[in-house]
Amino acid sequence: MKLVSLVVTLLLGALLLMATADFPDWGDPQSPASLHVSDYYIENSMEQTSVPNFVTSILADYRGYDTMFETTVIFCAGLTVLTLLRRNHRRQKKVVMSRPKRENQDLILTSAARMIAPMMQIFALYVVAHGHHSPGGGFQGGVILGASFILLALAYDLRTILDRLKERRALIMCGIGVAIYAGIGAGCLLLGGNFLDYGVWGKVLGVSPVEARSHGMLGVEIGVAITVMYIMFSLYADLSSGGEMDEGL
Amino acid sequence: MAEIITDIISKYNYWAFLILLLMGLHAMISKNNLVKKVLGMSIFQSAIILFYVSIGEKKGATIPILAHGHGTEQVHQTAAQMVAGFVNPLPHVLMLTAIVVGVSTLGVALALIQKIYRVHGTIEEDEILENIKE
Amino acid sequence: MTLDASLLWQFDFLIVLMVIICAVAALTFKDLITSAVVFGAYSFFMCLLWTEMLAVDVAFTEAAVGAGVSTVLFLGTALHIKRRAKD
Repeated sequence: MKLVSLVVTLLLGALLLMATADFPDWGDPQSPASLHVSDYYIENSMEQTSVPNFVTSILADYRGYDTMFETTVIFCAGLTVLTLLRRNHRRQKKVVMSRPKRENQDLILTSAARMIAPMMQIFALYVVAHGHHSPGGGFQGGVILGASFILLALAYDLRTILDRLKERRALIMCGIGVAIYAGIGAGCLLLGGNFLDYGVWGKVLGVSPVEARSHGMLGVEIGVAITVMYIMFSLYADLSSGGEMDEGL
Repeated sequence: MAEIITDIISKYNYWAFLILLLMGLHAMISKNNLVKKVLGMSIFQSAIILFYVSIGEKKGATIPILAHGHGTEQVHQTAAQMVAGFVNPLPHVLMLTAIVVGVSTLGVALALIQKIYRVHGTIEEDEILENIKE
Repeated sequence: MTLDASLLWQFDFLIVLMVIICAVAALTFKDLITSAVVFGAYSFFMCLLWTEMLAVDVAFTEAAVGAGVSTVLFLGTALHIKRRAKD
């Protein structure tokens, strides 16, 4: 089996190598990937949306439809992991799970985690809010927020953190995150524009359409950050406890 | 001969991507352990993202963010100068989506592995196939 | 003022070499926890490669997701199944 796969892989490699003879050189400004659509985005992004970061303006405004469905994919992945791993405890006797265990907590780890986690969260909120002017945006900020909860759950016990961040509330908030995104888009429909055309929010907010696009982008980034944060934590909680949700790593 | 060598050297990003892709593919097909297969899938995804990002590169250009976006002095450039001065932002956008979808797929794959371990008691592929055949 | 250090080929070559070594190591070790940790290092080297190619948003996301969440997911799974792989 290994020999067959090695031969097939090397054949595929040789074919791809022969195909790269036609590719443009690395770093060529005239390569076809950089010619047709992306120079429209580079030239007109600042005048039409007043956001200096081209990547954020393409992600949240020009190609906002893709981002909405990507958020839905993350949400569905979190639900799938929950469905696969949670066990049914109705046949056994009821397990009392609300008392956190405090015996095996290390003093150095918990003190260090308690000092680092608020800094991580402030930095993550800065990344979300400043995504228009610097590298960042909704996804990055959401993942860092989720990682701060994972850090606390690694230093303390998983049960201690689950007392504060219950599973049902996490899932409801994920749904609210996706609903914020779709809601901003549907609001555009109600106000007379196309779906996800943020310029028409200017009538309600009282600003010009260019500024309204910038504010609409901030709104959808917040929705994405909320969903990603709760899903990252719930993925960790499900996978590291085998579905039981009582002992962490 | 010399021009083949310069040809190879000027396109070495394709070589790097090719080696990683073949390693990931070989791991997915031939490894017995299921966790190693999922690791191979993740390496494969990283190699594809590397390929896309390296296409958008331009010599002598800078990151795709306007430096003095809302400042008082606007740098007046012609359109062609602006386009040649910034790295192509479109592959970056597509690859942001790809990375996050990749981590979601990883989570579901690892959950499936835990479920298989619960049912069969092993995660080596040949032992699972023997268990199923009985 | 453009960042003209973007295509220093020596730097690039070194990082690409480290990426390939980490990938081979992650697939060869038999202990699953070691594989998970080396996979975290592989993710981090990819992030450096993309920073050197001036893709800052992609590098930020890969640093947060790959070296943060993905490694912890692998570790969490490896502690619930058998730790030693047979090949």
